[in-house]
Amino acid sequence: MAFDLFLLEVVISGLMTGVMYALVALGFVLIFKASGVFNFAQGVLALFAALALYDFLAEDGWFFAVFGFTLPVWLAIPATALIMILLAWVIERAVLRFLVKQEEIILFMATIGLAFVLEGLGDLLFGSDVKPLDIGIPQGASDWLLDNFNLYVEKLEIVAAATAAVLVTALAIFFQKTRVGRALRAVADDHQAALSVGISLDKIWVIVWSVSGIVALVAGIMWGSKSGVQFSLSLIALKALPVLILGGFTSVPGAIVGGLIIGVGEKVAEVYVGPLVGGAIENWFAYVLALGFLLFRPQGLFGERIIERV
Amino acid sequence: MFYRENGQFKSSYSADQAIFPIAQDRVFVIGILLVAFCVVPFVINEYWANAILIPLLVYALAGLGLNILTGYCGQVSLGTGAFMAVGAYASFKLVGFFPEVNYLILIFVSGLVTAAVGVVFGLPSLRIKGFYLAVATLAAQFFLIWLFNKVGWFYDHSPTGMITVRPIDFFGVRVTGPEATPAAKYLFTLAIIATLTLTAKNIVRGRVGRSWMAIRDMDIAAELIGIKPLQAKLSAFAVSSFYIGVAGALYFGVYLGSAEPLEAFDINQSFYVLFIIIIGGLGSILGAFLGAAFIVLLPILMKNLMVGGFGVASGTAGHVEILLLGALIIFFLIVEPHGLARLWQITKEKLRLWPFPH
Repeated sequence: MAFDLFLLEVVISGLMTGVMYALVALGFVLIFKASGVFNFAQGVLALFAALALYDFLAEDGWFFAVFGFTLPVWLAIPATALIMILLAWVIERAVLRFLVKQEEIILFMATIGLAFVLEGLGDLLFGSDVKPLDIGIPQGASDWLLDNFNLYVEKLEIVAAATAAVLVTALAIFFQKTRVGRALRAVADDHQAALSVGISLDKIWVIVWSVSGIVALVAGIMWGSKSGVQFSLSLIALKALPVLILGGFTSVPGAIVGGLIIGVGEKVAEVYVGPLVGGAIENWFAYVLALGFLLFRPQGLFGERIIERV
Repeated sequence: MFYRENGQFKSSYSADQAIFPIAQDRVFVIGILLVAFCVVPFVINEYWANAILIPLLVYALAGLGLNILTGYCGQVSLGTGAFMAVGAYASFKLVGFFPEVNYLILIFVSGLVTAAVGVVFGLPSLRIKGFYLAVATLAAQFFLIWLFNKVGWFYDHSPTGMITVRPIDFFGVRVTGPEATPAAKYLFTLAIIATLTLTAKNIVRGRVGRSWMAIRDMDIAAELIGIKPLQAKLSAFAVSSFYIGVAGALYFGVYLGSAEPLEAFDINQSFYVLFIIIIGGLGSILGAFLGAAFIVLLPILMKNLMVGGFGVASGTAGHVEILLLGALIIFFLIVEPHGLARLWQITKEKLRLWPFPH
């Protein structure tokens, strides 16, 4: 019985980690859906958002140095969101605008360049030391679950899961019900057709980069609270990639389901297979798992069917 | 004024199909090769060899390999770092097993080993395309590096986990390790790279290269005109991995001297090589060299300028460097998405009309 409980704990912890991956993957999906850009900078966006948020909250930041006071959490988060929107606007103005109609790989490379720029900028502005991010999310194990079911689950992870659920619901409503959401889907479907019915591509791109900037902010908050704000935060982008190909580049539910599968698979493999081969298989196991799925569904679990014509 | 091709008539097919059909190009390339082989070895010093020329050549070779796969066959790969590691570890193990065999042969065999590994990791390309494939090649990257780090056999159970090159003589001349002269290292690398570049140029303009380009442009259409995607894609993976493997063996043996998988061959290495071919020009042999020059020289230049010229602290300079590198990459992509090779081509077109453009 104890063994099963342990397995359950591993699975739950995997599911929670999966949600965290999914948060990052979600940002990728949004941008890929609306502009066909494979945005490698998503992880760095999350890092940048977390750094900016920390700056508003801490007494050793720029904001405190300039204005002499720090912002409360409820004000700092919208302020960071504003910064992300501003950043999206700058990215559209300075980079994307000039790369319309280029091949996908060129756009992909441009986002890697963008990742470098943001990384250097983040280090220059905020320094590269580890910063603890505390916005009042409860830490430690959930006592209630521990007492009643003897299960060890991090409170932070429960909060992350709840946030992810709210975020996905909000995004689903935004995409399906609002005017802007419809325009986004139209652009995702066909750039030219969208242009011809009067949708402004520039605006849509700013909007979609802003939205994924805000998603990056959420991911940054969660990962930052978990392990501090530091450079390695941007590497979660690499963790999100297998999630992405597993779920499909174009599917929001795919990102969530993919995240859960990868999270659970990774944890279970680490616990049960890892010791047999010397451990530390987390780095590549997710990719192999995703590759296995891809061999049967080349477009990912929920991706749009790839139709090719000569 | 000088770059004119009028008056240069071809009277045979072989003259028409020469690699450099224009006499000025031929003279230019021969001149560069003469300088590289006959002048540079006499003036080269430790700094120029180890910091600039050898890394430039090695990265150009790796870029050439990736360009065959990505630029000519259209399969994006992010596993270059790992394939370089395969070449490096293969050469390390082979030199250990057969110390008396000629180093050149061992490097060649390391390339073949990498080619075999490349074909295995190329198999998914038959079913997966585009970015899905790019991410799938990351599986190779992470798995291989993990393997080299975990399994003691690969690094001869050395306590540090690092591999260190043994001193090797090539026809009586020391080419690896600290005792090798810069000129010997440089000439050894240059000779291999010159030969492989010539081979690559001839492969890509022959039947195999054309079948790769057909697959790149549209694989279904290529299949309809009788190109076997299995053969074309896997041969591209094999040839590309061979080049990258040789580059990895040289990177470890001649350039670094000792290597540790997590640092020398990590994913940034893959990105650097990808940058080289994108900045240099996809589907261009010259592009690999131009791109390598850009990626190798630019950071050195910026560092010297900032630390030496403006007295910026080297820590800050590192951040500024990465920022500027990113900005320059974006800038070049915006200015010329087809890379430096295209800029060179445009320059040549302009030169033909210069100084009377009308």
